[in-house]
Amino acid sequence: MSKKPTIELRTSPHAHAGEDVVVIMRNVVYALLPICAFTVWQFGISALALLVVVTLTCLLSERMFNALSGKPSSLGDWSATITGLLLAMTLPPGFPLWMGAVAAFVGVALGKAMFGGLGMNAMNPALIGRAFVQAAFPVAITTWTPAFFDGRFSQFIPTTLTPPFLQPPAVGDWISEVTVDAFSGATPLALQKFEGVVTDHMDMLLGTTAGSAGETSALLILAGGLYLAARRMLDWRIPVLVLLSAAVTAGIFYMIDPAKYPDPLFVVLSGGLMLGAWFMASDMVGSPVTPLGVVIYAVMIGVITVIIRLFGGLTEGVMYAILLGNAATPLIDQITQPRVFGEQRAGK
Amino acid sequence: MGLFNLLFGQKGFTHGIHPPYHKDTADKPIRRLPFPPQLVLPLDQHIGKPAIPLVVKGQEVVRGEPIAKADGNFSVPLHAPATGRIAGIELMPTPKGPKTNAILIDVYEGSTQEVLWEQPREMSELSPQEIIQAIQDSGMVGLGGAAFPSHMKLSIPPDKQVDTLIVNGCECEPYLTCDHRIMLEHPKALLRGIRYAMRATGTEKAIIGIEDNKMDAVELLKSHLSKGSPVEVKAVETKYPQGSEKMLIKSALDREVPTGGLPADVGVVVNNVGTLAGLGDLLPKGRGLIERVITVAGPGIAKPANYLVPLGTPIRYILDYVGYEGARTEFILGGPMMGPAVSALDTPITKGTSGLLVLNEPSIEEESHKIWPCIRCARCVSACPMHLNPSMLGQLAAKRKYEEMAEEYHLTDCFECGCCSYVCPSNIPLVQYFRIAKAINREQAA
Ligand code: SF4
Ligand code: SF4
Repeated sequence: MSKKPTIELRTSPHAHAGEDVVVIMRNVVYALLPICAFTVWQFGISALALLVVVTLTCLLSERMFNALSGKPSSLGDWSATITGLLLAMTLPPGFPLWMGAVAAFVGVALGKAMFGGLGMNAMNPALIGRAFVQAAFPVAITTWTPAFFDGRFSQFIPTTLTPPFLQPPAVGDWISEVTVDAFSGATPLALQKFEGVVTDHMDMLLGTTAGSAGETSALLILAGGLYLAARRMLDWRIPVLVLLSAAVTAGIFYMIDPAKYPDPLFVVLSGGLMLGAWFMASDMVGSPVTPLGVVIYAVMIGVITVIIRLFGGLTEGVMYAILLGNAATPLIDQITQPRVFGEQRAGK
Repeated sequence: MGLFNLLFGQKGFTHGIHPPYHKDTADKPIRRLPFPPQLVLPLDQHIGKPAIPLVVKGQEVVRGEPIAKADGNFSVPLHAPATGRIAGIELMPTPKGPKTNAILIDVYEGSTQEVLWEQPREMSELSPQEIIQAIQDSGMVGLGGAAFPSHMKLSIPPDKQVDTLIVNGCECEPYLTCDHRIMLEHPKALLRGIRYAMRATGTEKAIIGIEDNKMDAVELLKSHLSKGSPVEVKAVETKYPQGSEKMLIKSALDREVPTGGLPADVGVVVNNVGTLAGLGDLLPKGRGLIERVITVAGPGIAKPANYLVPLGTPIRYILDYVGYEGARTEFILGGPMMGPAVSALDTPITKGTSGLLVLNEPSIEEESHKIWPCIRCARCVSACPMHLNPSMLGQLAAKRKYEEMAEEYHLTDCFECGCCSYVCPSNIPLVQYFRIAKAINREQAA
């Protein structure tokens, strides 16, 4: 033996599957990128600017909180990037950039850093940020602009560049200038709820409708989600059960009164349900770890989403439904501990 | 239920993992390793009370001769693995960790090393009790790694009834192939050992459970069995930890050992193929256990193979003989999932050592070993064969709530298979935490 080797002394197991947090998170980013690209194609530089500003703010905030708590940088785990991308996707494409930055900061601060960082946060930070701006800027968050308007690659949506701490200008006139067809300024969900107009399913599937940046193309969301599920980086049971329970709940109401309530397919394809089901409800940190717990959690989110949509004052309920699900997770986990191998339960 | 179960209609245990198996030595016939100049024979190679030395320094011993006797029932004797002279009884490192008393034998160079001490017997004349006694006298222990005295294992408590002997040929740990080779090369000894064990325990039926990545062994053993034989060969899914007693009982018989219980509680007694093949060979000759087969493998070994080595061979001698490389190395005794790592190369091969692996691992400081917080991905939950919640256990361990771990989350049911640590993307040393927690709980109970 020429060289004396260094002897490593560790306890078993001495083998590891090799897939770590970074690999998983990086793949989530990969799955989100096509959806980002699509929104940029749909809404142009405004959507791009929003994605960049929100994500950068998330990263900077995360780094700042790392420094404040004296921890090493956690940007390398990609979780702040995911929060940023997801948050940007839930906002209207013309959302003022400064408000997007506020949402990002609040999401990371209240949704993550306050709890002690990755893994400790009870709720999805992107949704915390989104819920905050929903309350703080009720007008801006419901100002929708049409997809595929001319000049979207050279011109910002007027609201995008609103100076900080100012309210965005009204966009009604601008919209009539840039669109050929009549645009009501409403998302399919709002159209259905307030005006009883049902948007074509195909349009929603492909994403040619108005809406928040990431909620418009069900198809790409599905593709990204399936990619992650196939690589076992996402628990497919969660999105599937969320969507299924939402469809069933909606179906019951639709059968009672088809004129008043939307059909189940519309419910599943519209709004943020797809994105929420595949990328937010399935967020591992906020969902239960027990098999039965996962089922309860997912069904709960699906049902609550539809109830809020149909009976609440808001058009979209998925965000609150997921936050409620996150909040219930510790309790769900506790009451659904699996039967341990060899454990005798009463009655058996 | 996996695809295998669906296709073959078999009920196996659920959860578990599929690590890369690296069974590269499966086609390497067992070869004898030369005798080292000195053998190191710890007195506590088995679980139970250490053996009591029968020899003194300077005394000559012949190969096969008893050199230490059992200390009561929960103990086994030790036999000289080589002809030579006793060099002393000293504290030496063991695979278990702390140094313990060991008999050192200076091996005679040039000796033919034939077994010069034996007491052949007619097995068919022995009663079950006499077979149990013969097993204890042979010094046999569980060769799969547990090193639990075999005569104890085969003594069924009077208040228990067992109907089936399960013969464990799973060898589910990666790299190890010594049991596989024993099944292929010594089927007759194995079947003899099974018969002795069935007589000793009064079982009517035996099932040899073999993972389906060893179909050659399944076929070979089947070809040695006549129609109507009480011995059955059963292929089970290749999945870690199929070879753990509770999982194999579940897979072979669909019986679940109750928590905190023993196989005998569900009418089963389990023995490893290497152990039974050993008994089949030793008992009729009236010999003691003096050597065993080990797999020497791993990325750091140039020529991985299976070797028959005298007990007490220091691992340094084996490593020098086969050659190894690697600047940063881990030496594992047994399999990579449950085997201990050793730092002292004077550590000898003992009765329970099934393999010697040389792994070249990335160092602890490297990024790939960084520990992240639990992201609640639930991979550990779906890997744990005992259906525990390692995620929760890990979080409680971090808060040092060891009692709650045991009382609310079944810590005591964890058998340290390592599946949870293996899959954890946050690299959380879960089993390692659990070992500490158990040790602390044990200490507090005492
Ligand atoms: S080491 Fe324990 S907790 Fe971890 S998977 Fe194995 S039995 Fe379960
Ligand atoms: S595998 Fe690791 S990260 Fe995933 S839930 Fe278990 S302990 Fe947490």
